[in-house]
Amino acid sequence: MTTIVANDAGNDDQIREAGDINQYISFNVGKELYAVEITTVREIKGWIPTTSLPNSPEYMRGVINLRGVIVPVFDLRTRFHRGETEPGKTHVVIIVKLDERTIGILVDAVSDILTISSEEILDVPDQDVNPEYAFMEGLVAVEEKMVAIIKPKLLFDMDLMPNTEIEPVAEVA
Amino acid sequence: MSDPMEQFKVVFFEECSELLVSLEEGLMQLQSGESDSETMNAVFRAVHSIKGGAGAFGFDALVAFAHIQETLLDEMRSETIEIKPEYIDVLLQAYDILSELVGAAQRREEVDENYGTDAALAMKNIMESSNTSAPEKLQDSTDEEPQNINVRIFRISFKPFEELYQRANEPILLIRELADLGEMTLKLDTSHTPDLAEMDAELAYFAWEFRLVTEFDQDAVLEVFEFVEGDCELDIIPEELSAATETTVAIDAIDPARDNINVQNTPAAKTNSGETVVSQSIRVELDKVDRLVNMVGELVITQAMLREQGSQLLVEQYPNLVQGIEELSRHIRDLQESVMAIRAQPVKSVFSRMPRLVRELTASLGKKARLVMTGEETEVDKTVTERIGDPLMHMIRNSVDHGLESPEIRLESGKDEEGTIHLSAFHRGGRIFIEIEDDGAGINQEIVLKKAIENGLVSKDTSLSDEEINNLIFMPGFSTAESVTNVSGRGVGMDVVRKNIQSLGGRISISSKAGRGSKFTMSLPLTLAVMDGMVVEIGDEKFVLPLVNIIQTLRPAQQEVNSLPDGRNVMMFRDEYIFLVPLYDIFDVKDAIHDPCQGLVVVVEGDGGVLMGFIVDELVNQQQVVIKSLETNYELIEGVSGATILGNGRVSLIIDIATVQEMTAKQYAKPQEFVPDTERSLSQEQISMEVH
Repeated sequence: MTTIVANDAGNDDQIREAGDINQYISFNVGKELYAVEITTVREIKGWIPTTSLPNSPEYMRGVINLRGVIVPVFDLRTRFHRGETEPGKTHVVIIVKLDERTIGILVDAVSDILTISSEEILDVPDQDVNPEYAFMEGLVAVEEKMVAIIKPKLLFDMDLMPNTEIEPVAEVA
Repeated sequence: MSDPMEQFKVVFFEECSELLVSLEEGLMQLQSGESDSETMNAVFRAVHSIKGGAGAFGFDALVAFAHIQETLLDEMRSETIEIKPEYIDVLLQAYDILSELVGAAQRREEVDENYGTDAALAMKNIMESSNTSAPEKLQDSTDEEPQNINVRIFRISFKPFEELYQRANEPILLIRELADLGEMTLKLDTSHTPDLAEMDAELAYFAWEFRLVTEFDQDAVLEVFEFVEGDCELDIIPEELSAATETTVAIDAIDPARDNINVQNTPAAKTNSGETVVSQSIRVELDKVDRLVNMVGELVITQAMLREQGSQLLVEQYPNLVQGIEELSRHIRDLQESVMAIRAQPVKSVFSRMPRLVRELTASLGKKARLVMTGEETEVDKTVTERIGDPLMHMIRNSVDHGLESPEIRLESGKDEEGTIHLSAFHRGGRIFIEIEDDGAGINQEIVLKKAIENGLVSKDTSLSDEEINNLIFMPGFSTAESVTNVSGRGVGMDVVRKNIQSLGGRISISSKAGRGSKFTMSLPLTLAVMDGMVVEIGDEKFVLPLVNIIQTLRPAQQEVNSLPDGRNVMMFRDEYIFLVPLYDIFDVKDAIHDPCQGLVVVVEGDGGVLMGFIVDELVNQQQVVIKSLETNYELIEGVSGATILGNGRVSLIIDIATVQEMTAKQYAKPQEFVPDTERSLSQEQISMEVH
């Protein structure tokens, strides 16, 4: 079930200039809203059962076959220490490209496509003193709800993972 | 891809890499004295062709260097300069620079202006020093054989094939060159030329007859046509000079005889073989082959899916469909094997680099060694040949540096002062084995153990078996070189070698006898893409076991299974006790059958021929699986060599039997005791030691 296929450019580390307008895909995990930049998203897939891998972190749900390529799927809820997602038919996996790697992020549902000017993105309070929140690019208010823009690379990059122990995001929000 | 020359450059660089291989091979033959006259020619041609191509693409630095090398080689070839061993060394150096220059051109890098000037100078020196002595030699030969300068007459018939033109050769240039040799008359043979209207621009119609009066001998004439051999019909017939004109009948009688032999042997044989060789191979971009390999991989998966669906059909109801699926499976297997064969290459391409390495090492270390190679024609996947080069060189370096003793010590211990290193490759059980065996001192276990304790790799009060001590050399941060030589001890150790080999799905083991030598054995998969597997079920998960390792599957009776005090279970199998490995535990699978008497035991052979019994719930089926990498998007999982996609589209993990063997050994080992391959935990220990 492919609903959205984004274009090829997959660079989430662009330097943002004032007035830059970017598109984001927002999604729910529980009641919270998160968003990733649309250019990093390859596709959005309905949940399919994964093959679990031994000796991997809790939030690593296992691997799936994405047209012949083995792709790991991570549970964003578990990553934020909010327990484990019980995936059903409505859950989706957002396939994201991180530099050379392709990963899947398990979320509850896709919410919207947001067009946000960089001026609307607000800093995360405390981010300077709490480097563990570096995975958040910023916060934005959409229709009176707060959306946290995340950088999947800092959450799920295999090389960075062992060092980035992240506290529940609720404390910030 | 805007450069229209791009595709020609690609071909040029491909050719260069082949030419460089044959150049090195030739030089090594010259070095070892196994050369014949053709070797020197081949060496010259290689450099000449590289220079030619480089000129066409404007790689000036490459052309300038190749030109000097070519000139020297030409003089050696024509025996103006005698071939001395020290000259070969210079040529080998020049070879290094030439290949580096080719590499730089390919990478579009600028080369430092002074790069290679030493070698160029050395080559020029050879030419200059020889030129001073050369005239004497010439003088000598004229004194001895003035008759050689006599006038000869050759009748030459030359008929180019289309291929000659296709290879961008130009007859007019050849004719001019021929004319330079003496007085020439020529006749154009147009008997095969059709009317203009019927002419095909791509075909060759002309032939020539030459009559050449020259002072040169037949070899000189042949040389003119050297680059078009095989692409033309060429007859060179020396005309018998009438005896009356000559005073030295005797010698003339000998010369034409010799020439006649040449005529029959060289050009005729070459032309014939040249014609047949033309269409026997084609050059294909690796990308295209890989695309093919990938497609076949997908086909194997689709076929597995079809077979799974087909197995649910009643044969009586759909006989043709069921039979069709069976046939499809067979054809796909054949197709897959043929496609893999395209990527297979003889290990020769790697082995050929080793003689030189040994020669250089022995020279710099003051040792004497002979390298014996067998099984160079053994074929293995291209990726494997590309990536075993460095580990292999490292191991050879180790064998010469640490393994072989100095000549004096060898003599003292009653050995031949020249050591032997045997490098061999062979196929066995669906894998390729590469062995490096030396007749040196073997591994000095005392020193190894001492070093390991010093480096904190093992604790003092450990008691280790001989094999375990030998395996210590694969530990990270281990180097036995008592003094750090400039050959070994560069910080890269055998642990890197093992890692490289493991990344190819390979294993390395060592056996050593004190005073008698050591033997390293690498076993590598033939292909990195597909293998035969047994799909087994453990709990809800399916795993794949490599079929080559499976000995037997059985369900033991209760009384056949016994427990050891440490909790491990053993089972009697073929008159020996084997360990039962709880895969459900290692791979953390829930709801699996724990009792081997309820489930099944798959008896597998691990490293070193050790048998183990893997406990599984049940067997699913046997099938070819396409090996997919977990590392592409995630990371390596211990105990797993990769993943595959089963007929139902689900991912299944391929169990790596050798690492499971190591993991079980580790799990049950006492905390104090050293266990082979505790790479990860040990490196952590090291880190913590460095911190404190």
